[in-house]
Amino acid sequence: MQIDSADRKILRLLQSNAVMPMAELALQAGMSISPCTRRLARLESAGVIKGRAVLINHRALGLAVEVFLRITLDKTRSNAFDEFIAAARRIPEVHAIQTLLGRVDIRMDVRARDLAHYQEIYRERILGLPHMSDVESLMLVAELKNSEALPI
Amino acid sequence: MIDLDDTDRAILRALQQDGGLSAAALGKLTGLSQPSAWRRVKRLEDAGIILGRQIVLDRFKLGFDVVVYLGVKLAAKGRVGLEDFERAVCAIPEVQLVQHVLGVYDYRLKVVARDLSDFERILRRRIMTLPGVGEVESNVLLSDEL
Repeated sequence: MQIDSADRKILRLLQSNAVMPMAELALQAGMSISPCTRRLARLESAGVIKGRAVLINHRALGLAVEVFLRITLDKTRSNAFDEFIAAARRIPEVHAIQTLLGRVDIRMDVRARDLAHYQEIYRERILGLPHMSDVESLMLVAELKNSEALPI
Repeated sequence: MIDLDDTDRAILRALQQDGGLSAAALGKLTGLSQPSAWRRVKRLEDAGIILGRQIVLDRFKLGFDVVVYLGVKLAAKGRVGLEDFERAVCAIPEVQLVQHVLGVYDYRLKVVARDLSDFERILRRRIMTLPGVGEVESNVLLSDEL
């Protein structure tokens, strides 16, 4: 689908406020309500807008510790990626797994209640995952920016 | 920290699947009336558990084919250095995520770019010129597995 500058304007406004009422959106985009509604419906049906997401404060839910693991796999094993990912998916505290191209092969995000809980997950579950040749940990201190906004 | 019951948790799970659900739809999923579902969402927002909502766009359809995770070490440490770096890095529109971390790197960044040469431009012109920046490691996202 072709996206013109008026579409981009609408998308930028929604990136700054996902729950902006239609009247306000149309006003700020400089068009009347019905063309704005039509453009929005077209962006949604074409899948350019995939939906809305809520931002959840996991610390307020009692998950105080967040650790990013950087994992290198033993690539001499042909099925190392598949077996590792299948096993990692079974750990409930792991909430993201991504494969990367670079110095590390996999990154994995883990949330835990506290350091003792994290240590338990790390020892009992993470270190038991197959085909790991190295693992490095980064512990989250503070999140300064977290935005899905694209520079459109 | 507020006390959450099973219904609150069901609401949070449903909203994590689809953050666009209306109070009526949430009520239907959790067996509540629309007003009581709305009140519970409001309470979760007031307690700071739901921080806000974001629109989710398909980055590929908008021409952003590349996501790179960067590990950044600062060369010059000290409080002033940190603040200058943080302010400047948060202002770069292509940087979606800035996390201060403990470990082999000081900061973890997520950068979106149109393609690898666009990423190279961002890295050279915007990231490597940040105040206090030292060693930078790039890992290109291949796929999301979870």
